[in-house]
Amino acid sequence: MDTTEYNTEELLQSRKAKKFNLWLGMIGMFMMFAALSSGFIVYTASGVDKGIKTILPVAFTYSTVVLLVSSLTLHFAYQAVKAEKFAKQRLFLLLTMVLGLVFFAIQLHAWHVFAGRGIYFVNNNASQSFIYVFTGLHLAHIIAGLIVLVRCYLGALKPIPFPDNQFRMNLAIIFWHFLDLLWIYIYVFLLLNQ
Amino acid sequence: MSSTVISHGAAHHDAHDHHHETFLTKYIFSQDHKMIAKQFLITGIVMAVFAMVLSILFRIQLAWPEKDFPILEVFLGKWAEGGRMKPEFFLSLVTIHGTMMVFFVLTAGLSGTFSNLLIPYQLGARDMASPLMNMLSYWFFFVACVVMVASFFVESGPAAAGWTIYPPLSAVPTSIPGSGLGMTLWLVSMTLFIASQVLGGVNYVSTVLNMRTKGMDLWKMPLTIWAFFLTAIVGLLSFPVLVSAVVLLFFDRSVGTSFYLSDLVVQGQILPNEGGSPILFQHLFWFLGHPEVYIVVMPALGLTSEVISTNSRKPIFGYHAMVYSLVGITVLSFIVWGHHMFVTGMNPFLGGVFMITTLIIAVPSAVKAFNYIATLWRGNIRFTPAMMFAIGMVSFFVSGGLTGLYLGNAALDINLHDTYFVVAHFHLVMGSASIFGMLCGVYHWYPKMFGRMMDTKLGYFHFWLTFIGAYLVFFPMHFMGIDGVPRRYYAFTAFPFMEKWVSVNMLITWAAIIAGLAQVAFLWNFFSSIWRGKKATQNPWNANTLEWTTPVEHIHGNWPGEIPTVHRWPYDYSKPGHDTDFIPQDVPFSETMSSNLPHDFEGNEEAVRIQNEWNRANNREIIEG
Repeated sequence: MDTTEYNTEELLQSRKAKKFNLWLGMIGMFMMFAALSSGFIVYTASGVDKGIKTILPVAFTYSTVVLLVSSLTLHFAYQAVKAEKFAKQRLFLLLTMVLGLVFFAIQLHAWHVFAGRGIYFVNNNASQSFIYVFTGLHLAHIIAGLIVLVRCYLGALKPIPFPDNQFRMNLAIIFWHFLDLLWIYIYVFLLLNQ
Repeated sequence: MSSTVISHGAAHHDAHDHHHETFLTKYIFSQDHKMIAKQFLITGIVMAVFAMVLSILFRIQLAWPEKDFPILEVFLGKWAEGGRMKPEFFLSLVTIHGTMMVFFVLTAGLSGTFSNLLIPYQLGARDMASPLMNMLSYWFFFVACVVMVASFFVESGPAAAGWTIYPPLSAVPTSIPGSGLGMTLWLVSMTLFIASQVLGGVNYVSTVLNMRTKGMDLWKMPLTIWAFFLTAIVGLLSFPVLVSAVVLLFFDRSVGTSFYLSDLVVQGQILPNEGGSPILFQHLFWFLGHPEVYIVVMPALGLTSEVISTNSRKPIFGYHAMVYSLVGITVLSFIVWGHHMFVTGMNPFLGGVFMITTLIIAVPSAVKAFNYIATLWRGNIRFTPAMMFAIGMVSFFVSGGLTGLYLGNAALDINLHDTYFVVAHFHLVMGSASIFGMLCGVYHWYPKMFGRMMDTKLGYFHFWLTFIGAYLVFFPMHFMGIDGVPRRYYAFTAFPFMEKWVSVNMLITWAAIIAGLAQVAFLWNFFSSIWRGKKATQNPWNANTLEWTTPVEHIHGNWPGEIPTVHRWPYDYSKPGHDTDFIPQDVPFSETMSSNLPHDFEGNEEAVRIQNEWNRANNREIIEG
């Protein structure tokens, strides 16, 4: 990390600020989805022929479970690093990444299910296009989350100094839980509108 | 925070006290806030010159719509065949001028420069919360600029749907040449730009909240910092919304979705898109777009507050009122976007609501204007170039703000919308005012940035020509607007009712050309002073804020030893009883016994007792505890 010149107090202050940065960034990301939600509501209210007009595929339930479990495994990884059990940390990190990829695959499968029902992205009922936008943008964030996890894993493998490792994990776990909650928000929002 | 552990002991640091600095890490991929500020400023200035040249090009067209200028063909090629500009290119010029000025110059160039420079300096921090994010913020911005300029080199020309890029014009690539590849590049550029702003904004907010030095509580912060802080919050909440709007627009353009498109026939072809709503885009766009104008003007307000107080040698009038009015503007900025859409078929009741919220903004704005004037009142004014620009800023803010009352009125807006009245309004209140705020900042903090002074005489020359020029350009536009002349029209000679305004257009264009040439004085002054300016002293303006306690030579970490502790607010100018007319923020009250006042101690009884003892011993009036 780029903190070589600072004394202990300033380092602590700078870490606190970095963590705060993450929270602010998440507010920004949430604003993006809030804008899409309001866009969806305004659009869907514009006519009776608008709206999702289908039942969400069961795949979304599976993906929700997978993402929840991945949050749990990441939590275990974080517990492990706090207890300085680094082998366990790497194992759970790996598990989380695999679950993240599984989530990714299930979401793509859900798109496939939609396409099978004749609900395409290019659609004159844009409420249905919105489903793809919501899930797609969330997946883009999942990719970012996976990159964060890979970075944690590489750090644990190297290994970087213990406090840096722990700080990295701390940021990663906040972000990953956020992605989890974001997905639940999207899922509930879509469920309420189906 | 219990989970965070310190990795490096203090002893560990002394071992590698020095950074390995190469040319690349010092000047190009710098993570130092001072260097990043300069990078933002110089990129902003380059963009400003570029955007200004564009405006002069379209002003030439407006003044002499029937005349050929063969020289234009030399530079513009097929866009000005026979020396006369094509209508499509005229629209591109207007669009890119607006985009560059609003986003690249007055958002990134202004906030990016001065937030980066002053937030760590004035708060007493070694650097930003995340120097890496700060560097990325600049480089995203830089690439955004490059992409935008590159759109001039594509076959079909740059985007031409106006800086607001309303669909369907922007969403149908076949509609006009400018909606083709140029529009795609516009969207790419803007996405990069938003990434830059979010990275930067996150950093500014976090630094202000977490990295203040000892004693610097929020109510001791200079108004500049308050302004940057609130600006960053506005940006953080509004820019992501534009991302959503842009993403949907991108899908409509490139994939064939129908978020914004419906029932269109373009060049004889019926488009397949059904059911979309262009109004949806306007809502999403203006939810960013209106806060954006405050992102542009608030930093300028902050900079002028500081400069006016310092150069009036008086405390800023109504410090708390200044802060609360900024907060008020911040909150209100999110609930007024509908006033851009009064004539889109909006429900009149909703229009009424937006009208009321809009007109309420006049209150905090007026508070600020009056406080500036009250600060100047009977001050010991030093008319430095920075001060001239600060006063000019207040002038534009008032004269442009007044027309906001007309435009904010839903009934009057039926007549005035999309006319030159709107152009006049926003060019004065946010364009000229913010540019003047920015120039005021450049003149004032130049010694801090480059360690040298700018030439004062050239500064005055630059000020007067620009000030008079700007009024000559924008003031006549009010009358054109009231007469119903629409904005963005290519040739006034094509419409009999507009023909009489061509002569006014000539006046405006000449004024614009002269004001444009005046900027050469600034550019010369700015760039030559970097090497040849008079060497600056540590505190050339006798100012109170912390940045003037740092050495003139830039060092990594800003202060060579410990960061100074803050004891007082930043506006102790001409305090009665003190031997100089300024007391920097890091001077403790124990060193200024002859000028301390009861409220300085904020109810600290021990301090009051000591002060009273001193007063008795020195025949000074005893203060109440």
